[in-house]
Amino acid sequence: MSMDNQSQEKSSILNKGCINRKGFLKAALLAPVLFVRKLRAATDSALGPEKGARRWGMVIDLDRCTACQSCVVACSVENNQMMGNPHEAAMGRVIRWIRVQSVEKKNAEGYRQSLAPMPCMQCDDPPCIKVCPTSATFLDPEGIVGQVYPRCIGCRYCVNSCPYTSKFFNWDTPSWPKPMEEGQNPDVSVRYKGIVEKCLFCHQRLQRAKEKAAFEKRELAEGDYIPACASSCPTRAIVFGDINDPRSEVSKLSQSPRAYRLLEELGTEPKVSYLREE
Amino acid sequence: MSQIMETSRAADLSGNKLEEAVLRPLEKKPTRGQDALLLALALIFLIGLGAWARQLAWGLSATGLGVPVFWGVYIVNFIFFIGISHAGTLLSAILRIVKAQWRAPFTRLAEMITITSIPFAATCVIVDMGRPERFLNVLLYPHFTSPILWDVCCITTYIIMSSLYFYTALIPDLALCRDRLGSGVSPWRKDFYRISSLEWTGTETQKRVHHLIMTVLSIVLLALVISVHTNVGFVFGMTIKPGWHTAVIGPYFVIGAALQGLGVLGLIAIFVRWFFRLHTWLTETHLDSLRQFTLALTCFWGYFTGVEILTTFYGHAPAEMQVLWSKISGPFWWCFWGMILFCFVIPFVLLAFKPLRLSSVLALSGFSINLGMWLERYSIVVPSGANPFVSFVGRYWPSLTEWLITAGWVAGFLMLLLLFMRIFPILTVWEIEESAEHS
Repeated sequence: MSMDNQSQEKSSILNKGCINRKGFLKAALLAPVLFVRKLRAATDSALGPEKGARRWGMVIDLDRCTACQSCVVACSVENNQMMGNPHEAAMGRVIRWIRVQSVEKKNAEGYRQSLAPMPCMQCDDPPCIKVCPTSATFLDPEGIVGQVYPRCIGCRYCVNSCPYTSKFFNWDTPSWPKPMEEGQNPDVSVRYKGIVEKCLFCHQRLQRAKEKAAFEKRELAEGDYIPACASSCPTRAIVFGDINDPRSEVSKLSQSPRAYRLLEELGTEPKVSYLREE
Repeated sequence: MSQIMETSRAADLSGNKLEEAVLRPLEKKPTRGQDALLLALALIFLIGLGAWARQLAWGLSATGLGVPVFWGVYIVNFIFFIGISHAGTLLSAILRIVKAQWRAPFTRLAEMITITSIPFAATCVIVDMGRPERFLNVLLYPHFTSPILWDVCCITTYIIMSSLYFYTALIPDLALCRDRLGSGVSPWRKDFYRISSLEWTGTETQKRVHHLIMTVLSIVLLALVISVHTNVGFVFGMTIKPGWHTAVIGPYFVIGAALQGLGVLGLIAIFVRWFFRLHTWLTETHLDSLRQFTLALTCFWGYFTGVEILTTFYGHAPAEMQVLWSKISGPFWWCFWGMILFCFVIPFVLLAFKPLRLSSVLALSGFSINLGMWLERYSIVVPSGANPFVSFVGRYWPSLTEWLITAGWVAGFLMLLLLFMRIFPILTVWEIEESAEHS
């Protein structure tokens, strides 16, 4: 059979049916356009939670920070983080959800070291969530990146894809000296060998604050919910609050001309901002 | 070409001789040396399993990993074994599709290598997991945007399809075993041949259906070969990590795996030819075709490597350059330059020059390519881990546990391959006879 006959036969089939050739071509051309529009709409809405909701964020003023590490200590105690020993420290296996990171910058006078406390950046478009094969990490409606410990398989893909190195893997069963073990925070689950964990902006404190506000029959007010790092900072360098609320201190500070976000060019939309040293 | 036809005709004339040469090793009782080799490999494999058991008890702290190098030798081994598995599918599927006659004596061996290496590739990932007992979570709570899930889908399909492919190509030869193997074979093996040959008698209808299935499977497998290794590359390419985030990584992985597959095939084919005395069927002409194919892929690999390095270097993004410098003149110089030496320089010299056209040289270049490809995967996985965006003091050197598991898995693969050689015919008899008929 020649090609001509075949195509004639095909077009007659198309004409007889409910869809003709013109309609078919139109649909075929339109389908990818609609698909792309839908995809764009989906990716746009994926950036951050819906409007009106709270969006928790943080501003860290590097001019005020003295790198005293009290945020690191407060975070470790609040969140039942492993004690660690010298061997684990040498292998880079001690887990600290917030750490004081040294950043070397070159200027006209030479190298200058600056120190910055680094919690999880709580990205609005987190690279760690996309790559998780079991949906063990997720963005909650108020913008906190969560981790489901019982679901995590410990593949460390999210840890690898985080550009801030803010996710941590339990290489071993975490251990504490006896008195510390007895003083653990009952609001925070103790993690175990082989899973990934991360800073959750002291999510348990948000739960507590919400419960308290509900009991007192009022809305959550600014200052009701502050993570351990911010509340322990002696120089008040860490400011925390709802960045969707234009009146909050954190949203005012994040509009400062000194404000910048780490690796902003990657498009991860972090909710932690820094105020440049002056 | 004429030489191939000549040798094929010779094979045709001695058709019975071919069958005898293939079937004799299956009948003969293995010598003490063979048993000793198998036992030694089994012992190394058991030591590897023991090391894994220790790691299960201790957690991944038994490895040399930490912040910021989160992936190490296990992931390197995973890509390495997937690369080995590409020997079979690549060679036999592509060459069957283009009807290259020189494929015939290689296909069975190549498919055997595929089948025996995939289990070790898949288990490498499980060894690397922090919670291996939760492996099924990938299926219970699938997250479809994850390249690891794509990998799980691809590799599962690949295992199933290549097993089917190996088996389909085996059916006529299983029937041969059923009909020809005498008293030297134990009764359970006779039963095995009888049941698995699916009452093949070699009628015209059977041959037609067989040919059709083989063609369809070849085409499907060719697509799978490309998708599997592209996806393994995607696991790295889809992240925004410096050194990993490049579009070339998918095709680069495909070419690398193809090259490694041919390398391992060359190495093992030379050994098998010497061991089973297959010089009549696996001739110098066949080896020469394999040599040319390997040389072409070596050049392709060199091209891809050059393209990747030049693009990174010209773009000069600081984070990317940090990774590149750590490979060229930093702490990872040994794996980078080792990779260039063993994957490109040595095989190119060994394969390109006429005076070096010896079977032992082909085996040597196969070994060199495999060593180089392991280093290549190391220089992709580890330096990017050691140089994240945010500066970290990190170092990584594989621990004893990791080396033992690596050795164990290589030994396990060779052991399984040797066991396969004891049960299944080493040459695709029907295909060699067919190609002789064609010419």
